[in-house]
Amino acid sequence: MSPKRADRYPLRRRAVVAALLKGRGDLLVVAGLGAAAWDCTAAGDRDLTFPLWGAMGGAAMIGLGLALAQPERRVLVVTGDGEMLMGLGSLATLAAQAPANLAVVVLDNERYGETGAQLTHTAGAADLAAIARGAGIRRCATVRDAAGFKRLNAGLFGKPGPSFAVVKVRAENLPLVLPPKDGTELRTRFRKALGL
Amino acid sequence: MQAQPSAPDWPAAIHRQLKAWNVRQVAHVPDAGHARLLALCGADRSMRVVTLTTEEEGVALLAGTWLGGERGALLMQSSGVGNCVNMLSLPRTCRLPLLILATMRGEWGEFNPWQVPMGQAAKPALELAGVACFRAEAPAEVEPTVAAAARMAFEGPAACAVLLAQRLIGAKTFGK
Repeated sequence: MSPKRADRYPLRRRAVVAALLKGRGDLLVVAGLGAAAWDCTAAGDRDLTFPLWGAMGGAAMIGLGLALAQPERRVLVVTGDGEMLMGLGSLATLAAQAPANLAVVVLDNERYGETGAQLTHTAGAADLAAIARGAGIRRCATVRDAAGFKRLNAGLFGKPGPSFAVVKVRAENLPLVLPPKDGTELRTRFRKALGL
Repeated sequence: MQAQPSAPDWPAAIHRQLKAWNVRQVAHVPDAGHARLLALCGADRSMRVVTLTTEEEGVALLAGTWLGGERGALLMQSSGVGNCVNMLSLPRTCRLPLLILATMRGEWGEFNPWQVPMGQAAKPALELAGVACFRAEAPAEVEPTVAAAARMAFEGPAACAVLLAQRLIGAKTFGK
């Protein structure tokens, strides 16, 4: 097992996120800080996407609060492996609440991408889907290729919720596509688009 | 310290205020001082109690709660304040409501020295992170203090904490 194996993973993060958000309908999106937020913005800056510039480790919990408050809407958290590793306890909290309208997708490039591509623990032995399963989330998957991702994307939401997926993506440096940075603007446009 | 017979039932008063402010999500890492309030919230069908693994999860949760149009409150003991510090940048930067109800340890008659550092640092730490703090020392002060903090939190919006003094709760002992 090479620590640099992610340099050769076939799935590319921008295409994965574009497919996740294609025809998103009423989907509410929380984007974890760093590359996951840039990927979501590259797919189209939308009022009903809440991109984070900080709050590392909090993306899944923001998604949970949103999913519980909006049970009729689907909520997708798109985040990175480093961000998820900082909030592992939240996986047990998600499992305990078990909302069927929540899905968490981790774009796992096995790197801290914004800080110099240092390896995360998923480059070694850590298995986020196994951790999520152990935390009590029943629908967990790791996908590594186009066929696996296609199946995943077709069945992200449903019972028993929530679902948790690790998408192994190539480690690559991509052009920055930045969302608005003003937190009050982001939260105001989000709530306005929800009619609040 | 035992409450006086005529003293208000302050956990019930907090529950009453949470209901009055339409709080729907009650996130917590438990504390003995919050046990009765947690039982009241757990029995209330209009509230969802969300048990956390660490208090910072609650700060993030309640950001999502409000983004989705509901209100929440975060219950913790004072040692949990230290677990929240960076996540408090979220309500501050986005100007979100946050209502924290923290039971204090490490002050009045504390027997456990491990509780003292964070107990003593809780209020300055919250204030450094931009959370306005209000203390309640006596049972009769609890309801108006929670009402005032909730108004400031939800009508601001702002991040506010009510610190429930250890003298109010009674210093914990292990029966010694």
